[in-house]
Order: sequence, then structure tokens, then C-alpha cells
Amino acid sequence: MTGERQNRLILPAAIWGALVLAPYWTPLVGGYTALGTRVLVLGLGAMSVNFLLGFTGVLSFGHAAWFGLGAYACGLALKYVAASTPLGMLAGTLVGGLAGALLGALLVRRRGIYFAMVTIAFGQVFYYIAFQWNSVTGGDDGLRGFARQPIDFGLFRIDLLHNDVAFYYFVLVCFAIAVAAMAFILHSPFGRTMTAIRENERRARFLGIPVELHIWIAFTLSCFFMAFAGSLYALLNNFADPRVLHYSLSGDFVIMAVMGGMRSFWGPLLGAVIFVVLQDYISSVTVNWMSFIGILIVFIVLFFPRGVLGLLQQRSKA
Amino acid sequence: MLQLLFFNITNGLIIGAFYALMALGLSLILNLSGVINFAHGGFLVIGGYLAYTLTPFLGFWGALVVAPPLTAIIGFVVERLLIRRLYGRDPLYSLLLTFGLAFIIEDGTRQIWGAQGLPVSIPAALSSPLSNDLFFITGYRMFMVAIVAVAIAVLFVLFRYTRIGVRIRAGTLDLETVAALGVNVGALRSLNFAVGIFLAGLAGVLAGGQLGLEPTMGDGLLMPSFIAIIVGGVGSLTGTLIGGLLIGVASGLTAVFFPSASEAIIYVMMAIVLLVRPRGLLGEEGMLT
Amino acid sequence: MIKKHAGFGSLSRRNLVKAGVAVGLSQLAAPFVISARGDTPIKIGFDNPLTGTYAAPGKNELIGCQLAVDQLNAKNGILGRKVELLIEDSTSGDAGTAVQKARKLIERDNVDFLVGNVNSALAQAMAQVSNEKGVLHIVPGGHTDPITGMDCKWNVFRVCNTTRMEANAVSSLLFKTYGKRWHFITPDYAFGHTLFQGCEADLKKLGGTVTGNELTPLGITDFSAYLIKARAANPDVLVVLVQGNDMVNCLKQISQFGIEKQIHVAGTQQELESVEAMPPEARVGVWMFEWYWKQAAGTPGLDQFIAEIRKRADGKVPTARTWFGYVTIHAYAMACENAKSIEAKAVAKALADMELPPEIKLQPNKVYFRAGDHQLMLSAFIGELRKKGEGDPENLFKVNSIVAGESIAPSIADTGCKMTMPS
Repeated sequence: MTGERQNRLILPAAIWGALVLAPYWTPLVGGYTALGTRVLVLGLGAMSVNFLLGFTGVLSFGHAAWFGLGAYACGLALKYVAASTPLGMLAGTLVGGLAGALLGALLVRRRGIYFAMVTIAFGQVFYYIAFQWNSVTGGDDGLRGFARQPIDFGLFRIDLLHNDVAFYYFVLVCFAIAVAAMAFILHSPFGRTMTAIRENERRARFLGIPVELHIWIAFTLSCFFMAFAGSLYALLNNFADPRVLHYSLSGDFVIMAVMGGMRSFWGPLLGAVIFVVLQDYISSVTVNWMSFIGILIVFIVLFFPRGVLGLLQQRSKA
Repeated sequence: MLQLLFFNITNGLIIGAFYALMALGLSLILNLSGVINFAHGGFLVIGGYLAYTLTPFLGFWGALVVAPPLTAIIGFVVERLLIRRLYGRDPLYSLLLTFGLAFIIEDGTRQIWGAQGLPVSIPAALSSPLSNDLFFITGYRMFMVAIVAVAIAVLFVLFRYTRIGVRIRAGTLDLETVAALGVNVGALRSLNFAVGIFLAGLAGVLAGGQLGLEPTMGDGLLMPSFIAIIVGGVGSLTGTLIGGLLIGVASGLTAVFFPSASEAIIYVMMAIVLLVRPRGLLGEEGMLT
Repeated sequence: MIKKHAGFGSLSRRNLVKAGVAVGLSQLAAPFVISARGDTPIKIGFDNPLTGTYAAPGKNELIGCQLAVDQLNAKNGILGRKVELLIEDSTSGDAGTAVQKARKLIERDNVDFLVGNVNSALAQAMAQVSNEKGVLHIVPGGHTDPITGMDCKWNVFRVCNTTRMEANAVSSLLFKTYGKRWHFITPDYAFGHTLFQGCEADLKKLGGTVTGNELTPLGITDFSAYLIKARAANPDVLVVLVQGNDMVNCLKQISQFGIEKQIHVAGTQQELESVEAMPPEARVGVWMFEWYWKQAAGTPGLDQFIAEIRKRADGKVPTARTWFGYVTIHAYAMACENAKSIEAKAVAKALADMELPPEIKLQPNKVYFRAGDHQLMLSAFIGELRKKGEGDPENLFKVNSIVAGESIAPSIADTGCKMTMPS
């Protein structure tokens, strides 16, 4: 292998290595397995937002809506339809993804700030519905009474509920599938078209590319990934509450993507690691953790807009 | 029934006026600088708390006069130090910045003034209702409407007749040309931001008298402001004003027939506007695309 | 080459990053160092809101807990071991964080006892985790009925009262004193509906009528539309069921509109935190407190408690929330001593039917944890709000009667609790 190819493989190898061995090294640095699972789920969410944001250049600030819809649909399926984890996840992913597809069709003509505003407002509609529709969603109390079910492979069962480590690996496998799908799409001709649109929309249009259609497809795909992550989140907590639909969670995902590096594939995961771990740690140490997070965000935006990976990329090129 | 209707529509107009005040500040900043100010609710809170701290020294009226400009100065400083670095960049960054600012402001106010809600006393002259029949039109609510009306009138006069106002309006439509004509765009933006924050601070002082003070009180007012702008039309101040009043009245009307839906109605209105006339009532096509 | 960032002098980005990483790593190493030490204290995990809407009650519960922990450590600790309070902010509404912190406290920090949450939803989410892991859990101030009702669990106990108890507390008093036509302002969510149903049931039993029930969206700041309707219905009593900030706003508007001059105002539960946030003219109505600091002279331990809390709370008096935290820790300590063990099942057995001694209950009447549903039978302090403090600027409530908890609590069958003890 050439030197450059070697370099390109180091990062993914290191990441996968760290992820696979996580339950073993996280307790040594003061972490715990459930934290790692949370990082994975939120990291997937951040990567889904970045699919749209970093690669297509479309600013959606209401993406938590699809995350939350996935979570609620998964929980409702587990509670009322069948006690089956795969079914719950399927339900979650489909509901969130399809809702995104429908609403996306309405929104794709808008761009920039206006698009962001509208996505925020629509996200809040779902938050409001979850809050008010007590009988179905449990309202402010949240959706309870469901739990992740063991997965039966015929020969053996994996207990996801009581075994944290088993659940972590389950989530890791799901994560891997989603990430592989994302990478596949991004490396395909469709993915390249998305990047072309991001770079210069007008030129793409002149080239005859149906821009709105592409944006809609990218939007829908990112919603499906988001909903998938959402259903994992419901399984993580055995719980779904309205906050999972709130625009502040959307903001968190975008922050993670920016913090890690929007233009890179793994950036958002890195951002999720930093953000989740920092928030978990700082909120144990001080009541003023909100100020710290706020200052961190301001800092990143002003001085490190390319994120951690962006910084590293710059250095390696220098 | 007619009486109930009348009561609720009047009440809706009063609430709508308040929404309009908040939304106007947000709209100003959005139009000229292209910044979605997530921290707008935070500045409202700052305005309210500043008035609370100043009241023992300056009285209610003194605080009312001093707190909004003080808030505007804080806004001005924030714009100069932080936001102005981001104008050339993708709008994402200014959005994230204000998002982070909102966190800092909430925690900061909680740290300085405590988590406990603070009561705000209004002068006795304003406390009593207009009459026994019109009992819900209290002096303070009329006062609020009056202040909002004055502020909006001043704003419109500013925009129509002063040089700065005209420049801001021109800048909203075509910033490049305005800059080419020799206007200091940076100063214009800072001033515009400060005016928007002034309105937020004023809203905060008024809200304090109505609702009392609490570090998280800004959150609930941010969304109706957004919706007022979307409904009224991005890019149009008059539109935002009308949008605010409309959603207030709609809320009031719904409270008569479907009380628990009185909050949902504003989201429904937004959805309808986006489906039927995406640029809003008075919005201009292509405004911020 | 990293260029130095203009305007920051010699502080380049690279140095900033280096410094940050160094600080971060040193902090991460710290917990590892602590756990290597020898004699293990008894660890109590506090997972309650310290930020957001519920920051004030959460903070007060923390103060009560901290006083209790310090008192225990000044003597013999629990079973001769020191007590350590591990504090985590659950946030006021993010169940994901509350659950995450609960897992952190249980898995990483190995707490023996979990405390929380003010927010009922978060309390229930945490109860799922504590039950899954078999850790003893007391909810100091989360009010929703299922915690000691339909979703009761062998390891979960609750100090504050339930919505049913709240409804039962004031109903007969209101009916006898003010009249039989009641109009309700109810928050439109599960808690509000349950509260209304309880009040409605009581009212019907007494022979009264409901003139209307205004369902208000949570977080609404303007109650005028509902108050307009309420006034038009001309009831004897206006029952305000909204809580927290909503209640403060509603009462303010009630007094601004002069409604309390025509209609008697009442509610179920009131909290000193909310009262202190109201302007004087809004302090109207008949209410119930779960615990109040100003009681008859000679209540054992009370003056001491008030003095201690004043020292820790910037001179302010203890609220019901402070008392909840205080009781939670002391009850746990007592149960451990009685069981001579900190093992969860043993402590749970000891807590069931355990009666609180005078210095902890700080009130008349018998106060104990009912075995069937793990609900504390705490008294209801019924009285009226005062516009001006009497004797003390913080004495804003005039207590008319203190009703024993067991007389207002629904029967265990009615709560729907079917407690299954583990083998």
C-alpha cells in the first residue's frame, strides 16, 4: 500500500478498534458502558444530520423531529403491537423516514435560513403533538411501559435488557450497518451529485441535474437514518419523552457535526464523543454546565469551525 | 356567546401585540443580517431582570426607561464581539452561535439572580381592571398595548423618515449596492441588531410585570415569534406585525370553541401558510429564498 | 503551519488545544484514583433537577439531603460507615439524561441508594432503571400516582403525596365552607387529568356539581380566556389545579381581574417556592401544603431544623421540598440500622410500615411508609394564603388544620398497586 492509502485507513481502523473494545477500556478512564452506547446512538444521529448538512449543504435545524418520531414509533410498536425489538426498530425507522419524505416534499423549494426556520417550526409541531396527545404518547410523562426485548436466534438468545455489554454490541452492529449504507451512498454517483450541489447549486442546475429531486432524496435518506437512530435511543432508555423532538436536540446534533468536522465522514461521531462525554462529565462537576457548553459552542463556531477532524486534515496537508 | 367572542378577540389582540413586539425584534435581525437569533428569548430575560434590579433605585417607570437601552447595549457588544465575525460565513454558524449564547444567558441569569422565580410589582395605578364588565382588560394590559403601539410607531417612523432607517430598509433588499454607495455596513448591522435587542429587552420588562421573572421564561416566547414571522412573511416588518396580531387573535378565538387547542392553532396556521402561500402574507418572493 | 489567530496575541490555537487536552486528561484520571482507596463509604446517588424549570425545588431537596447526610456523618454514619452524597443534575425535563445519570451512579459509582426525581416522568424512568438493577430508590418529590400505584415496585418508595391524596385533602373543607358548585382550571396533561378526576369524584360523593372544567395547555401564560369562562359560569369555588409557574400566572391574573372578590379561590397543592414567586396581591385562596415550617410551639426538632436550614439556604426557611430531602436520607439511614444491613431487599423490608420518629417527621400525627404501596403517610397542612407575612416575612400561609395522611390516602386497592416482592 502506498503511504497515502495507509494514512487514509488509519483513522477508520483506529475508530473501529476503539468502538469494538469500548466496554473494556471505558471503565478504566472513568466511563461506563451505557455512556458508550449513548455516544453511538447520538453519534449516528449526528452523522445522519451531517449526511444532509455536510455533504449536501442543506441546513436542517429540525432534524430531531425524525429522531423523536423514530423513538416514539419504536416504543409504541413495542408497547402495543408486539414485544419484538426488530419490529420496533422497523416501525420506528419507517414512520420517521416516511414522515420526513412527506414533509421534505413541502420544504425542498426553500433554502438557506428560511429552510432552517421552517424545519425548526415543523420540528416543534411534532414536539407539541407528543406533548398534548396524552392518551397515545403519554404527554409530558413520556411513553413508558416498554423495554428492549431479547433477540431470539433460535439456537440462543441475547438478553438486551439486563446485559449492558450485549446491548452495546447490538447497537454497534446496527451502527455499522447504517454507517456502511451511508458510506455506500456517499461514494455512489448519487453521493457525488450531492456534493456537486453543495459546492455550487447554480452550476449543478445548469448541468441539468434535477436539484430539488436530489435534495428531496438526500433529505429523505437522512430522515430514515435519523429515525433508525431514534429507535435505538428508545431502546437505550426504555422510554420516549417529548424532549427527544425538541429543537434543542436538533441543535445538539448540529453542534456535534460541526465540532467533529462537517466535511468529513467520521467527524460527527468524534463530535458526539466529545460533546456527550463532556456534557456527562461537566454536569457532574458543576451546576453551571450550561454555561460551559454554551461557551464551548461559541468557541468552536468562532475558532474551530472546521471541527477537530478539519483541524487535523489541515495540519496533515501543511 | 357574542360577549364571550368579543372578550376573547380583544384579549387575543392584546396577546398578539406582545407577540408582535417580540417578533419584530427577531425579524429586524433576520432581515438585515440573516441571523436567526436563538438568544432573543435570552435578551428578553435579561431585560426583565435588569428592570427588576433597577426598580429599587429608579422605580417602575425609571426601570422601564433604562432597562431596554441597557439590554440593547449588551446586544450591541455581543454583535460586535461575536456575531460580526460570522457574517461572511454559512448562516449555520451564526445560528449555532446564538444557540450557544442562549445557554450562556440562561445559566448566567440563574447564577446571578437565582433559580427561584421573582415577583415583580406593578404600580397600583395600573393594577385595576377597566370596569367590572371588562374585567379582563386590566390597566397593565392596556399599558402594555400602549407601550407596544408607541414602540412600533416609533420604529416605523424611524424606518420611513430617518437616514439610518432608510439605509436599513435598503440594506435588507440589496446590501451590496448599499455598501457600494459608501454606507458603513458594519455599523449599520450593529445598530440594527441593537434595535432588535432593544425591542426584546422592552418585551422582557413588560413580560416581567405580567408574568414575573424566571430564567427560562424566554423559551416559550421564541416559537410564537418565529411563527409570526413565517405567517406574516419573511422580510416584511409590517407582515411580522400583522402575523403577530393574527396568531394572537386566532389563539383567542380558538380558546372559545376548543380551549385545549388554543396553542396548537398557531402551528396549524403556520402549516397552512407554508402550503398555500409559502412566502407568507406580505413576504417577498425570493426573500432569503 | 498554524497561523496565530489575529487578536489573541501569543495564545495560538494549538496551545489552547494542548492546554485543554492536558486539563481534560488529568480530570479523567481523577476518579480512577479515588476508587483505589480503602474503606468504602455508603454512597447515595442524588439524581434530581438542578437546572431548568424545577431547579428551585430540586435545589431545596438537595439542601435537605445534605443536612441529613452531615448530621449522620457527625454521629456514627450508617452502621458505622461514612455517608457520601453523589450529586448529579438530571435536568428538568430530559428523561434521557436522568436515566443516563442513574445508570452512571449505579454502574460506575456503585451507589447503594438512589434519590430522585422532582419531575414525575423522570422519576418513573429512573425507577425502571433502579428496579432493573435492584437498587433501593426513594422518590422525594415526584407526585404522579403510578409510582406508588399501578407501577409500584418493591424497591421504590415515595415521600411526597399523590394526586389522589391532594384531591381528598381539601375537598370536604371546601364543600362545607364555600359551596357545592365548583369550576376547575386543569392543566391538560396526565397529572392534571388525574387530579381533576380525584376532585370530581370527591365532589360528586359530597353531592356537589362541576360547573365546568377548563383544560389549559401546559406552559400557557395567559389564562384570561379560561377565567372569562369561569366567571361566566358563576360557581361558588374556582379550583385552580395548574402547578408551578402556570399557577403563579393564573393566580396573578385572578387577582388582577378581581375574581377572588366574587368567587372563592382554592386549589389542591401549593408550594412555598411558588408562593415566594408571587406578588402579594396574588396570594389568595385555600390550599394544602405537604409540610409547612410554622407550626405550634413545642413540635420536637422543628426549631433546630429551621435554624440549620436557614444557615444553609441564605437565611430562608425550609420548604416542603427541603423536608422531603431530609426525610428521604434519614428514613434510609433508619431502615438500614433497623435491618442491620444495606442490602436493598433487607432495607426495603425495614422501610415498609416504618414509622418516622418526632425529630424526623417534624409534625403531629403518625407518619409512616405504608407497606402495601410504599407511600409515606404524610399529613396535609390545610389553610389560606396570606397577602403579607405574619410575624415573619416568609410566613405567608395560615395553617388551619393538619390532617393525618392515612385519612386522606386512598386504600391500597384503589391505588391499583400490586406489589410483588422478589424472592
